[in-house]
This record gives sequence, structure tokens and C-alpha cells, in this order.
Amino acid sequence: MSTDLSEVQIDYSIEGPVVLGRLSLAEIEELVAKPLDTKPDKKFFIAISISLTALLIGATCLLYTFYFGIGMWGNNQPVGWAFGIVNFVFWVGIGHAGTLISAILFLLRQRWRTGIARFAEAMTIFAVICAGIFPIIHTGRPWLAGYLTPYPNQHGLWVNFTSPLVWDVFAVSVYFTVSLVFWYTGLIPDFATLRDRTTSKIKKTIYSIFSLGWRHSSRHWMHYEKAYVILAGFATPLVLSVHTIVSFDFAVSILPGWHTTIFPPYFVAGAIFSGFAMVVTVLIFVRKIFDLQNIITIDHLEKMNKVIIATSMMVGYSYGMEFFIAWYSGNPVEQFVFINRAFGPYAWAYWTMISCNVLIPQLFWFRKIRRTVPIMFVIVILVNVGMWFERFVIIVTSLHRDFLPSSWGMFTPSIFDLGILLGSFGLFFTLVILFTKALPVVSISEIKAVADGAQPGHHGGNHNG
Amino acid sequence: MADKKIFGAVALYKEPNLLIEAARKVANAGFTKWDVNSPYPLHGIDKAMRIKPSRLGIVTLIFGLSGVALALLLMWWTMSVDYPMVIGGKPYFSLPAFIPVTFEITVILATVSTVVAMFAFFFGLPRNAHALHDTDYMKKVSLDHYGIVIEAIDPKFDEKSTIDLLNSLKPLSTAIIYLPEKETYPIFEPRFLVLLLSVAVVVSLGTYLLLNKLMYVQPFNWMDDQAKIIVQSGSEFFADGKGMRLPVEGTVARGFIPYPFEGQTNPTEVLSNPSFPTKENLQLGQRKFLTYCSPCHGNYADGDSRLNGQFPNPPTLHSERAINFSDGMIYHIITNGQNVMPSYASQVTREERWAIVNYIRVLQRAKNATESDLKFVKSE
Repeated sequence: MSTDLSEVQIDYSIEGPVVLGRLSLAEIEELVAKPLDTKPDKKFFIAISISLTALLIGATCLLYTFYFGIGMWGNNQPVGWAFGIVNFVFWVGIGHAGTLISAILFLLRQRWRTGIARFAEAMTIFAVICAGIFPIIHTGRPWLAGYLTPYPNQHGLWVNFTSPLVWDVFAVSVYFTVSLVFWYTGLIPDFATLRDRTTSKIKKTIYSIFSLGWRHSSRHWMHYEKAYVILAGFATPLVLSVHTIVSFDFAVSILPGWHTTIFPPYFVAGAIFSGFAMVVTVLIFVRKIFDLQNIITIDHLEKMNKVIIATSMMVGYSYGMEFFIAWYSGNPVEQFVFINRAFGPYAWAYWTMISCNVLIPQLFWFRKIRRTVPIMFVIVILVNVGMWFERFVIIVTSLHRDFLPSSWGMFTPSIFDLGILLGSFGLFFTLVILFTKALPVVSISEIKAVADGAQPGHHGGNHNG
Repeated sequence: MADKKIFGAVALYKEPNLLIEAARKVANAGFTKWDVNSPYPLHGIDKAMRIKPSRLGIVTLIFGLSGVALALLLMWWTMSVDYPMVIGGKPYFSLPAFIPVTFEITVILATVSTVVAMFAFFFGLPRNAHALHDTDYMKKVSLDHYGIVIEAIDPKFDEKSTIDLLNSLKPLSTAIIYLPEKETYPIFEPRFLVLLLSVAVVVSLGTYLLLNKLMYVQPFNWMDDQAKIIVQSGSEFFADGKGMRLPVEGTVARGFIPYPFEGQTNPTEVLSNPSFPTKENLQLGQRKFLTYCSPCHGNYADGDSRLNGQFPNPPTLHSERAINFSDGMIYHIITNGQNVMPSYASQVTREERWAIVNYIRVLQRAKNATESDLKFVKSE
């Protein structure tokens, strides 16, 4: 338990142990279930009161918005889309890292994902909740959001299935449902484990209900593993489709700055980039607070930092390619938009984005920085800021210079815009904090399965023995 | 204990290798109703247990394909049959634009049906009343042990020999698990009835408040509260405080010509009938007469009101005086009113008034028909 982690040397010729410190299965379970068995401490209450305050500020701003209408926001002609859509794309992007870790890395047989998959999946669900709120409140009367679904109604109308906004409704709601099903399927064996270890009668009732009476049967495990592969197989194209469809909101229009074919891959790379940054941000705290350094190891963080630098390069390539195409197309309107983006009135936002997303992550080329928590923390926070600004730059700078100079304008966020943005962070972190206290943040059954000596050895013991 | 029914025999292991070996032997012994419990899926256990590979994928395939079909069918029917609309110059059935929604519906149907089918039909879950629950065995396999359970319903099961077999497979411990007593839940238990009643009260109260109160509270009230002037409401904008405004003086509405003889009692001979008593004109006159005139004057203008004395009866229109009125005079009376009769200018238009005049003439002629008129009618 007291291993100095900076001293752990890794030989890259063989795959390292997923769980450090040679923990027994019972010790692993004890570690993961500890936050659930103990009463919340002072740190918990401080954290949740901060996040609840932010959530309440957001809720108040939302109430004002509902009562007086979305005229309370800063967006107006020509910038009709602003914070509402910026925040939507930002949060959907955050969610994508979770599915990537839980589904794509699962299909690629990356065993190290087990330590962080549960947490990343939970973050996916919370981020999609935050994301889904924005387009709905942007409609002005969110209680009529049912009109967005195709159902036989007294108006005799159907939704327009050729509109990217309707695709969005389908993509985000399907993504949320599938993520939730995936997450819950993974949780069922853990609920059963918790049910069998708890001594409290109320907890036992709750866990029994949610475990569905799971019995850890091998005949069940066999189907269960199959279902997991199927779910991962569907979640992988789904996660790519969701951000592709989000990018279609822009790419299918004919607005210069939006109307580009690079948008789908560019958005997906950006989503993974920002999502991993958010996962690292939160995991840095979680592994420290809940003593999970042996399960969420520094190797995990390093591997995620490698993904961050890879996606940072992809995003940087896209930024460059947009400028190249603007020049290469010979379209003066397109060229104007991009020159205006880099040197116009919103140049500060553009250069914030470039430095946070492309320049600063280059520090991760150094192994020392990839494995140093404080520096890593600063970098991933800046990546989050940069990715928020990326969406701001794409949406606001493309809109604020309309085709006719008489229709030019500027966007200034109102206090309600900022309050709702703050509120979405409050909602996200409130859910994350409650999750860490209510459910196992690491999949107990999965992490046990990859612990040393957990599997029957075909070749005479484990690799590191 | 003795009269309890046996569920099965169990053996616990701590070493996965020993368990695999034991499982292989149990399978060789010919048991079919038996299982291995482990806190996580063990590699190679399905081979040792001789379980056939999962066929869950069939469910996924069926529901995935029906997702494709249903999504395309829905979009084809709504977009090209029920409410076809040209959008962006695309065809009614625009396959590329339908791909995203088709994909999403396929994914949701395939995944959700797979998970539901697996838990509900493959596993028979939720089931919290299984005999293995709340046993020491379950608690151990949930944590870090591995267990073999042979159920009593297996044809080869025999309490003594099965335990002996399990003991011979190097387990940590073996045990017999008994079926739990069947619990019964009477419907008419007071606590249950109270629960049922309170659920009903809460649900109906909540529904009532939602549908009858909350839906009409600002801002959910269907944009009822708006910053516009509605009929009969005041306005602070205008000096007189009235929201409804009068037209500018001298405004003439379309289709109306001011009547120059308003208020005069004398019939004016300058008014001459501009209409011809064609069939259409007389039918219009009849319709308007029956609507506006007949309640007081009677259906045949006899002055036999249907108002049963609640209103003074007007004189008959078949009197000498009325017959001798000029067309203009009758028109004037309709327009201007006379004695108790009010003006009908706002109810009946100019053309309609002249049509009524023509119709009254028809009624008068019919009532006082001459010999020659009757001959003419008979000859028809």
C-alpha cells in the first residue's frame, strides 16, 4: 500500500501489471468499496457544497430564462447560436472519452482500461446529461421538447428526418440510452458483490433490487461476456456517429467556416481530446482522495496523456487544413472568414484555442511531464479551456460576420449565459461526487479478473511471477 | 432441518486452477444441472464445463435488422406518403439523409433488446428469491472464492454420493444448501392495502395538479401571458387608457357606402331599386328575410311574430299601406328602422336589403294574387 509509486520501474518489453502492489482480491474489493461503507467526511461536504452552489446559480439563471424567455441570453442576430450550442458540443465531446475507454479499448484488448472504464463511463452519462440540457433549453419552452420526437399527433405533422437537428435528437438520446445500458450492465455484478458484503438492511434491499439477483454464475458470465462484446461493438460506431452528427449541424449548412468536409473526423478527434483531458482532471483527484493509486496507477495517467497528445496533433492538423482549404479553394468569402478568425475581433479566442490545444500539449512529449501529476493537471485544465474555446471560435466567429457588412455584429455573453455555463459544471461535478460516494468507481468484477493470479494459468503462473 | 427440501450441494475453492480441474471432473461425471460461481468470468471455464457458445448474437441480429427496416419504413411513410414535402430540392425518399436516423434506431433496438433478452429470458432475472442468495456460499463467491453447485433436480443427484464426489475434488469446504421456505404475501394485508391506496392518492393528486394547475402557471401556460394588447384590455400607452382604438374619423369600411338619409322619417322617392328580381336574387332575399325579418314579421310577413308577445307585434306587410310603399321606402325602413324596429344596416348589406325588398314584393303578390296570376301558376 505504501509503495512509492515514482520508484516503480516499468520494463516495456512485457506488459506491466494492471493492479500494482500485489493486492489480493479481498483487498481490492475493500479498497473500491471503502467510500461506500464509510460516512462522508469533511472534504466530501466541502466539495459537494461548492458544486451545489454552482448548480444553484445555474438553476436560478435557467428559471429567469424560462420565465422571461431566451431573450435573457446574449445571442442575437447575426450570432443566433452562441453559448447554448457551444456548451452542448463541449459537453457531448467530454462524454466521448468514456465510451472510447469502455468500448474501443475493450475491443482492442487494452487491459489497463479496467481501472478507469467505470469512472469514464459514468462521466459519459453525466456529460451527456449536461449536453442534452442545452439544445432543449435553447428551444425556449423545454417542456414541449416532446415535439422533437416523431409521434402521431393532432397536428398531422412529422419531424423533418432530413434535418441534422433531428439527427441530433436521435443521436444524443440513443447515445445516452446505450451508455446507460452499457454502464448498468457492467454494474450488475458489482451490485451483487455489494449486496453480499453489506451489513446494512436498507443498503442490502437497494443493492438486491439493482443487482436483479445476479448469482455470479458461470453459465451467466458466458452470455454476459458475449453481451459486453456486442455492446462494445455497437458503442464504437455509435460514439463516432454521435460527434459526426453533431458536426453535421454545422457542416451540412452553407455557412463559410462551417461548410467543410473535414468536420466529422475533426470533431471526433476533438471530442476524444477534450474527453480524455476531463477524465484525467477528475481521476487525479479521485485516485488521491479514495486511495486508489494502486488501481488507477500513474501508468494509466501516462497512457491517457499519450492519447491526449495524439489527438492534439489531429486537432492541430485540422486547424491547419481548414486554412489550407480556404486558400486552396480560391473562394474569397471562405478566405475572409479564416483570416478574420485569426486576426479579427475574436483573435484572442482563436489564439487561446491554438495555444491550449496545439502548443501546450506538446509538453507531453517528455516522459517526465507525462508522469508528473501537478504539471499534468495544469495542462489538462488548459486543454479543457482550449476545447471550449474551439467550439466558441467555430460558432461565433463564423456567424458574427454575415455576408453583408450591414449585418455584421458582435456577441457578448449575458450574465445568464455565464451562470448557466457555471451551472452545467455544477451539475456535472455534483453528479460525479455523488457517484463516487454511491457506486463503486472501479468495476470490482473486472479489476479482480485482471489481478495477478486471478485467472487459471495455462503456462505455469502469471507473467510477472 | 430434516424436513427441508434440498436445493443442492456446493463446494468452495480458492485456487482457480483447482476449480477448473474439479469442474472438468463434475462435467465428466455426467451432471447437467450444475454450475460454477466465480466473482468474475474465469478463462477456460466454459470449456471445462462443456457449455455451448452463447447464441445471444441471434437476438442482436434480429432486432438490429428490424431496426433498419422499421426506421426506413417510418421515414418513407412520413416523408413521402403521409406528408410529402420538398426540402432542399431532395427527393421525398432521400436515402443519404435517412442514414443517420436509421443507424441510431438500429443501434438502440439491437443493444437494448440484447441486454433485456439476456437478463430476462436467458437468465430469468430479476430473481432475488433464489436458494443461493443469503448463503455463506454466495457471500464467499461474491468476494474471492470459486464454487461448484450441483442442484438436487439433476437426475444423477444423490445427497451422499454427490457430497462424496465434491469432497474428493480437493475443495476448501462442502455444504448442502436447502431451499428457503416459500414466503406468501396475502393481498388483503392492511399494510399492503394502505400502500396501494397511498400510491393511488399520490398519483391521482399529482396528475390532477399537473394537468389542471401546473400547465396553466406562467411560464408553462402556452404563451398566454404576452406583452400585447388583447380585446377589451386597457393600455398605458394611449392617453385615454383604452387598448382598443377607434378608426380615424371619416373612415369608410370596404364595401360600405354611408347612408345619406339616416334618421329621416319621410320615405324618399329618390331611392330606386338597383337590383333585378332574378331567381338568385330572390333566393338571397328569402334567406335573409327568414333570418332577420321573419322572427317578428312572420314567415309570410303576416305580422304573426314567433315571439309570443314578448315584443310588440309589427303590422302585417300585406296592408294597403305597405303594398303602396315604394321599394325605396321599404329599403329606407330596413336601413333606418321605424318606431320599435331598429336599424338593420349593420346586419344586412346593401345588396341583401334590396333582395329582401324584392322578396317582400313576391310575398305581397302571392298573398293578394289575382285571377290571372293563379291561371299562370296553374298552367305551369
